[in-house]
Formats: sequence, C-alpha cells, structure tokens
Amino acid sequence: MVHNRWRRIAVDRPIVAPIVVLWSIVVTSLCGGCRPADVSPGRESNATSPTVGDDSPSRQVLRLAVTTSTRDSGLLDALLPVFERQANARVDVIAAGTGKALKLGSSGDVDIVLVHARAAEDEFMAAGHGVRREDVMYNTFEIVGPSSDPAGVARLTPQEALQRIADTGHRFVSRGDESGTHQRELQLWRAGGSRPAWDSYLESGQGMGPTLIMADQMQAYLLTDRGTYLAMRDKIDLVPLVAQTDDLKNPYGVLVVNPDGSPGINERLAQRLADFFIAPATQAMIGRFQVAGEPLFYPAHPISAVAVGDDR
Amino acid sequence: MDYLLEGLADACRAIVRLDPAIRAAAWRSIWISTLAVTASSVLGLPLGCWLGRATFRARPFVVLLFRAGMAFPTVFLGIICFGVFARRGPLGPLDLLYTPAAVVTGEFLLAFPIIVSLTQGAVAALDPRVAETAWTLGANLWQRALTYVSEARTGVTLAVLVAFSRCVTELGIAMMVGGNIRGRTRTLATATAMETGKGEFAEGLAMGLVLLTIALVVMALIGCLSREDRL
Repeated sequence: MVHNRWRRIAVDRPIVAPIVVLWSIVVTSLCGGCRPADVSPGRESNATSPTVGDDSPSRQVLRLAVTTSTRDSGLLDALLPVFERQANARVDVIAAGTGKALKLGSSGDVDIVLVHARAAEDEFMAAGHGVRREDVMYNTFEIVGPSSDPAGVARLTPQEALQRIADTGHRFVSRGDESGTHQRELQLWRAGGSRPAWDSYLESGQGMGPTLIMADQMQAYLLTDRGTYLAMRDKIDLVPLVAQTDDLKNPYGVLVVNPDGSPGINERLAQRLADFFIAPATQAMIGRFQVAGEPLFYPAHPISAVAVGDDR
Repeated sequence: MDYLLEGLADACRAIVRLDPAIRAAAWRSIWISTLAVTASSVLGLPLGCWLGRATFRARPFVVLLFRAGMAFPTVFLGIICFGVFARRGPLGPLDLLYTPAAVVTGEFLLAFPIIVSLTQGAVAALDPRVAETAWTLGANLWQRALTYVSEARTGVTLAVLVAFSRCVTELGIAMMVGGNIRGRTRTLATATAMETGKGEFAEGLAMGLVLLTIALVVMALIGCLSREDRL
C-alpha cells in the first residue's frame, strides 16, 4: 500500500512542471493583449500632496472639500500650487461625494468647499453654515449616443431629445443611483412632464465609467458629465449629439465655512482662496485647462482677451 | 457602533416587510444560480464519473486541470465572459451582454470544474467492488454511471451544493456581464455592492443578510450531508 502511494506521486510529479509552464503561457499571452489604462502621469501623486518636502512651520494649512469628479479632472493640480505659492500655505484636498463634501463643511471639518449642487449650496448658506458663496465655473453634461443616431436626436434640445428617445423606444441607460448626474437626468425628464415608461430604459445603479461602458456596449443613449466622457472618449464609440443649452450646465460654487462654533476654521485663508478662485488670472487658467485636448470648464466670470494678457 | 446597529435594525425591518426590491433580487439570484448549476450538473456529473473510473495516461493531468479550475477567481471569469460577449467579441452579435443568459454562462463556467472535480473525487473513492458488481450484473455504460452516482450520492450532492453556494454569492461575473440593471440583472450580490456604493448602508446590509441566509441554508444542508457521510 505504502509502496503503491509513493509510486503514484512519482507518476504525478512530472505533470506539475508542464502545468506551470502551460499556465504561464496562458497568463502572459492574456496580459500581452491588454493595454495599461490611459492615466496621465503624476495626477495621482499630485492630488493631495503637491507641496510635500518644503513644509515649514510658518505655512498654514487649509482644508478644501471637493467632489470626486473635480479631483479626478486634474484642474486643482493646476490651480492650487499657484495659490500655495502666493499664500505660502498648504491646501489639503479632501474628495468626497457632493453630500459628504457639504457635510464636512457644516460639521466644521473643512475650511472651504467646492461643489456643484446649486440647490444644496443655497440650503447650506441659508442654514448659516457658510459666510460666503461665489460662482467659480461651470462645465456641461452631454447626451451621447451611437454615431448613427437611430432615434434622430442630433441638435434637438435636451428635453426634445429625451422625448424622442422614449417615443422611438431606443435604449437609454440611466445611472439610477441618485448621484448628481442621475438627479440632473430626472430634472430633465420632469421639465418635459414626466418620464414615459418604456422597456429599454435601463438603470445601471453604477458609477459614470461603468455606465458609459454599458451604454457603449448596448449602443444606447445616456446623459453623462463631460469630464468622464472626455476621459473615456477613446475607448467608446458614443458621440455627443444634443445641442448645449442652459439645462445641461453644471455650475460649480465655492463656499467659505462659517467659523462660529468651529474654532479650527481658518476663515482668513479660506476667504483668500475664494478670492483666488474668482480672480481674473485664475479664471483665465480655468478657461485654458484642457482634458484630452478639449476645454472642460468654463469660467463663471469670463474676461476679455486684454485682461488675460495683463494677468500673464 | 450606533451606525452599525441602526443599519442592522433598518435592514431587518426591510427584510421582514419583504421589500419588493429585495424579493426581486433574491428570486433572480436563486434562479440564475439554479440554472447555471443545473447545466453544469448535466454535463459535469457524467464527466466526473468517467474521470473517477477511467484509466488513461493523461488522467492525472485532466483531474489537476479541473482542480485548478475550482480556483478560478470570479472576476477573471467575468472579464473573459465580457470579452466573449462584448459587441466586438466573438459572440457580440448575439447581443447577450448585460442579460441573465450571460450571467448564467459565466456561472456555468464557475460551477463546472467544481462539479467535475468533486464528483470525480467521490466516484474515485468508491469501493472497486461497486464497479465489478455492476459489470457482472451486465449493466451498460449509462446504468454503470447511474450506479456510481447513486453510490456516491453524498459526494455528488455536496458537489452540487458547493457549486450553488459559490454561484449565488459570487459578484464578479454578475457585475461585469450582468451589469446590475434594475429589474433585469440585479442580483443580491450586485445590489449589496451598489447600495454600499450609494452610501445606503441599511439597504445594502439587508441585501447582504438575505444572501447570507441563502448561503447559510445551503451550508447547513452540506453540514447535514457530511455528517451522514461520517457515520
């Protein structure tokens, strides 16, 4: 019996090496097929610590809460180092969802908030959580779909386009996750009465990236923020179809947190950052900022070309 | 701690009042996994029996291959199925991506090696006299296979239950090729992940608890069967 068992293992042994070799071949050939994701170098490392290394005790720290999509756009990596140099301060960026970012402000955990949720921002001010609100910039949503445009929505207004997609029964993928983009979609449906029920209205319940992939695979229409669309444009076949109107504007506001009751708040520096965001030079930088060769944000306080020249 | 307890209380309330979203996801999880496991059993049980009895040179290699298949990460199977069903993939024209059929296919691939390996193990462990007796009584190929399955029924049932519990709890395939579409491919696993992502802790926990209950019931069945095996 013992002898028999040893013999079996001896037979099994030579099998192991070919299996390892086979697997390595399979794995390497699969890996060779995929390309690394297109990530702009340095964005990740710059996001929160642009000033590591030259910390001195005199430098003040400002805590800025922003939405994740704002951080991911890379705009702050372009703007904040300028402010940090001017004010000899360090800005710690805390990225969270819109609701969480505002909550961080009302609980006094951050000094200043940059978000894009106008109604919630007004509520924040009305509740006395903020001492100042400024329009900084806006970007846009896009209704994208297959380039063949089977529902024929090109150049229609957003409401007309949605209505046409529903009437023709084409696939439309909704985020369905109560995110800012989903809220905007519901708002557009409400503006045209109410959302008609049709079979090909699909709710992914997932983030913008996975939802864009899903719509691309299904050749469906969807509402997306321009930033995510531009970042993924090379990987998908969907194109922006619908005319830009105010309905698709996504305004960003900066809110200086009320220091009353929160002794840790650095209001003076927060005011200075708010001033910085709306200063002509910064507004010009916002207008010049590009993602994938396209402008992403439009300054809230556009300025003449002469002024841009002066500020340079 | 309050956060966790309040979430738990809300979750229990949602389960008790049989929230329609939970019911729909639970039902979908169960039927998708059942279909996948049934298909893999139909093909996997005969193959497992044959591998358990056959004697040919490459047998240890094939057995090892299926055993390795039991370790497949579900995200790996998910991405392979995505590639196959994607619009530009080989089966793209069938338009199956983001349908329950795609999830069933992926879970079939997950369950198949489990059923083959565990059945093979159970049949190989049978007393050789079972086969000899069947031979001498003049049983044909299918009758012999039936004899093996019935003699190794504990092991075979274990195989099916293990495969089911793995399918019903997996997330990778269901999310990648199912897409978590409401009313179509949203299962307990994808709904749990989604609600957590939305910050809806109680809803997510409710989905997770129902999933846990299903898995525990299956595990309890496995436990009972294993005990019978030992006695």
